[in-house]
Amino acid sequence: MKGKKERLFKVTPAPQLHGGESIPRVMWTVMLALLPAFLASLYFFGWKAFQIEAVSVITAIFTEAVIQKLRGRPVTITDGSAAVTGLLLAFTLPMDVPIWLPAVGAAFGIGVGKHAFGGLGHNIFNPALIGRTFVMHSWLPFMTTWSPPRLAMYAQVDAVTYATPLGAAREAVISLVPSPDGIFSTMDMFWGSIGGCIGETSALALLLGGVFLLIRGYVRWQTPAAFIGTVVLLTWVLPVKEGAIALAPYHHLLGGGLFLGAFFMATDMVTTPVTGAGMLVFGLGCGLITSIVRLYGGFPEGVCYSILVMNAFTPLIDKFTRPRIFGT
Amino acid sequence: MIGELFIIFIGVVLVNNFVLVRFLGLCPYIGVSRDLKSAAGMGVAVIFVMTMASAATWVIYHYLLASGPHNIWFRLFGDGIDPSAFNFSYLRTIAFILVIAALVQLVEMVITKSSPALYRALGIYLPLITTNCAVLGVTVLNVDSFFPGGEAVPGSFLKCLIQGFGAGVGFTLALILMASIRERLELADVPPALRGAPIAFMIGALMSMAFLGFTGLI
Repeated sequence: MKGKKERLFKVTPAPQLHGGESIPRVMWTVMLALLPAFLASLYFFGWKAFQIEAVSVITAIFTEAVIQKLRGRPVTITDGSAAVTGLLLAFTLPMDVPIWLPAVGAAFGIGVGKHAFGGLGHNIFNPALIGRTFVMHSWLPFMTTWSPPRLAMYAQVDAVTYATPLGAAREAVISLVPSPDGIFSTMDMFWGSIGGCIGETSALALLLGGVFLLIRGYVRWQTPAAFIGTVVLLTWVLPVKEGAIALAPYHHLLGGGLFLGAFFMATDMVTTPVTGAGMLVFGLGCGLITSIVRLYGGFPEGVCYSILVMNAFTPLIDKFTRPRIFGT
Repeated sequence: MIGELFIIFIGVVLVNNFVLVRFLGLCPYIGVSRDLKSAAGMGVAVIFVMTMASAATWVIYHYLLASGPHNIWFRLFGDGIDPSAFNFSYLRTIAFILVIAALVQLVEMVITKSSPALYRALGIYLPLITTNCAVLGVTVLNVDSFFPGGEAVPGSFLKCLIQGFGAGVGFTLALILMASIRERLELADVPPALRGAPIAFMIGALMSMAFLGFTGLI
């Protein structure tokens, strides 16, 4: 009885104070939280990373402005939501994509993923991930060709073939699987000097941004904790597919897009559940699908798909985790 | 065996989902997905019909249509005749359609008596299961996967049942997700040109893209 009492919010009659939150404030704070990962992408992948990010952000903003203008709605590009979508999309692309590819992805993500549903607040799926999945399956070779990060490039002469840690483990390329004396070590994975999408490699930078959002309260602990916890547990317990190399759980933690997905995409306010219990379910589902795809699926990485699938489950989760109305 | 059945089930629910990957049964997927309640009812009806149809068509195909020692016509009249003369598998489509139609009539009678409200909610779509490509699709797929070269694989009856049941579960999953999403979109500012079926097809497309992640799982 006591526990129940404490969980009730105190609702007082009007007049009430405005909390001071607004869409621009939230979005530009998220932008600030993405700054470390942005700097890390420049440091590890150089000028090309900046080009991808610029094209993606500009196309996202442009697409949003054109659609809102055509629909006769107020143009809200300064609220930063399109910019965040564009930057997140760029973070999920590898360095070697042609420069038009982020533009196509951003236009599709904003146009079909967001504005076909009525714009910000109505979209069902994460627009950045819709854009990524669209370009991924339209131009698969571009999206699965990896370049080494800048620092590894100097150390290694034939830098033509490279792989992400997860991809190397899947294909059983022993020389590229993280090990103390291999091309990259666990510390490299932590700093970000590994193959991968431009914004996902640096676990440290993403963690900084994620913790910042947690402290500010824009991200609640349930989703990242459930997501990351499930992945660590399942990749630790479950056996790998025949022919693949088993990675340690902390390699699964650092090696792919888990931090980027768990802190910045699975916590999107529009496309994920609103209650704490719902967030736990959402994170569990994401972790389960990510682990299964990584260990047994056709792709080495499953963060993107797991979040999209759970986005589809979100209305259902919200329906079943709705708090009981007081007095019923 | 259990592992094999599990793989068949997962394969048909997630990897080769009838609606989202094979694009079968789109008519009820778009038509009955306006609210959760009728979507769930339709899903249960489809699970039932698909499982029963898988069982019935297995019997028909194994004993009446496929050539081989099990063929009843061969047993009755086959003395001294080559067994391959009794291969009637070209009648597969028409025979299966008849069986499914009879089954749907049965389901319809049960639902009319037991839940008139659900019957009204399902409307035209319940009789439409009769000619639903997803139901015919699962029976044809059963034959293709578990009768390679006309000869049944070991445990084919159980496998057909699981595949039929799984196909129904996969269909219901897609239908319920679609219905819950469409309920949420009721109040959304969807452009007028996209309201109704167009946005439903777009949701379906995006869900298909999400389910691409399960490719290669089996």
